[in-house]
Amino acid sequence: MMESTGGMSTSLRGGETAVDRCRRYRRRILDISQRGVVLHIAPAFSCLELVDAAYHDLMQCDGDCPDTFVMSKGHGCLSQYVILEDIGVLTEEHLNSYCRPGGVLGSHPDYGVPGIEASTGSLGHGLGLAAGMALADKVRGDDRTVFVVMSDGELQEGSVWEVMMLVPSLGIANLVALVDLNDFQSLGRTSETLPNFYPMRDKVEAFGWECQEVDGHDSTAVVAAVRDRTRTKPTMVLGRTTKGKGVSYMENVPIWHYRSPSPEEYQQALREIEGGR
Amino acid sequence: MRDSFARTMYEVGHKTKDVFIVVADISPAGSMAPFRKDFPDRFVNVGVAEQSMIALCAGLALRGCRPFAYTIATFSIYRPFEQVRVDVCYQNLPVTIVGIGGGLAYSTLGGTHHAQEDVAIMSALPNMTVMAPCDPAETAAATWAAVACNGPVYLRLGKAGEPDLTSTAVDPYVFGRIRRLRQGRDICILSYGSITKMAFDAAEAIEKESGATVAVASVHTIKPLDREGIARVLQEFSTVVVVEEHSPHGGLGAQVKEIAWESGARCRLATFSLKDEFIHAFGSHGYLLERHGLSVNALTSAALTPAHGRSV
Repeated sequence: MMESTGGMSTSLRGGETAVDRCRRYRRRILDISQRGVVLHIAPAFSCLELVDAAYHDLMQCDGDCPDTFVMSKGHGCLSQYVILEDIGVLTEEHLNSYCRPGGVLGSHPDYGVPGIEASTGSLGHGLGLAAGMALADKVRGDDRTVFVVMSDGELQEGSVWEVMMLVPSLGIANLVALVDLNDFQSLGRTSETLPNFYPMRDKVEAFGWECQEVDGHDSTAVVAAVRDRTRTKPTMVLGRTTKGKGVSYMENVPIWHYRSPSPEEYQQALREIEGGR
Repeated sequence: MRDSFARTMYEVGHKTKDVFIVVADISPAGSMAPFRKDFPDRFVNVGVAEQSMIALCAGLALRGCRPFAYTIATFSIYRPFEQVRVDVCYQNLPVTIVGIGGGLAYSTLGGTHHAQEDVAIMSALPNMTVMAPCDPAETAAATWAAVACNGPVYLRLGKAGEPDLTSTAVDPYVFGRIRRLRQGRDICILSYGSITKMAFDAAEAIEKESGATVAVASVHTIKPLDREGIARVLQEFSTVVVVEEHSPHGGLGAQVKEIAWESGARCRLATFSLKDEFIHAFGSHGYLLERHGLSVNALTSAALTPAHGRSV
């Protein structure tokens, strides 16, 4: 774990705040986008602060039993890759060969790549895998926590709710799910696709989880929500986010689930990221 | 077979660290009571939730555990197919998926409970090992073999009450090798799973009706298949019969034909399987098999009628 002061945590680069760090990560993702056809920039931008909070402020990475990160929202993995590069788990070469022949990083995470604890990409799988890991840790008495980042569209998978039911019933408390509540799925707004799914927090709590809903781009709030958990139940933090956060023409525009910016769009995106908007 | 599996898992539990049994609320799991009593933390009932069962096993395996998922064959692989494919096989994890009642063993429960295509579907998955022992003793051996596997396994078992077929076997059980159970020189019947009993009965009937002697071999490991062993059988015998309780597509019969073609075999070859049809009928296990053309009489006729053999 990095030296931490809540959401204003500092990374290896002295004095850098979570805001600065995430700005740097967004720039890096944009740089990668200019090396070839890159999918899923907007999904990575929406969950970036959640992933950043997990790696830099929440996960205990030292010792024999380091905490585990599972990117169940597999299509958000660019956010994870740039952080793994930053903390020295992946190399610059790894990221520069993203989605290219001979590279090992694709647009969904692949188990066996450094820092990737589970293969994901098909939604609704990561929470069950995390539950199995957390159960093994519980039975062995290992003091470690499994962190999972999920998408809100993913919560429509029935497999998620099977596991939601199971985890508290097995007495698993060492599991933290961070949900990227960007209100978008491929064909439109999640809240318009399945309006009866909301409010979500009540449903999560009804299944026996602790749950808080926070601004998912406010690192301080995300970190506090996780740190304040009682550790007697599994925890789910619903982070309200904006898909494509930080780039005006990407924000809440479905096509940016898939598109890569043109050179002109790239320059505009950089300016907006640097400007902090 | 399920009692033999449960007894073996009890031994496995005592000898192998980190073995888990994860069941999806299935009554035959009652035979697991001794395991559950000695290892309460390592016996998990996820409820009627097969996707959770497989995903939980994969997560346990990611932590270095050796989980066994256990329920009725159809539910163990069809409902959670994507978890089997992605969580277990794609990540190449040592999870054994046990399917109870493979084939038509649940003969009165209807087509929802018939695992007719399981071997084909599981064999199509990269990294997957497929085993189908023929009797309780072979079930114990296959269970130990599954524990020793470092990747995914589908272990297709019968139900209960299967007779002993292996105590007088010619060959010992060796994972990945066909196993001669009954000695003969003229005809060889290849089979796997509980229908191997029908192969034994047909062998006796054929010997009574003719002067031919009939061998029976258990193809307990269907993937990886002992292609060399099968090629030798095809060279050694003038007639080879394959009988399986499975769809004609993607099972043992089709693979034996492939090996026969590739090895230039000159023997007569007759393959018997279930039809490519769902079964909307109820009755005894034997009754359903007979409706699909699988009976001692059918096998005997095919083996003894020159130039005859139902090709499927």
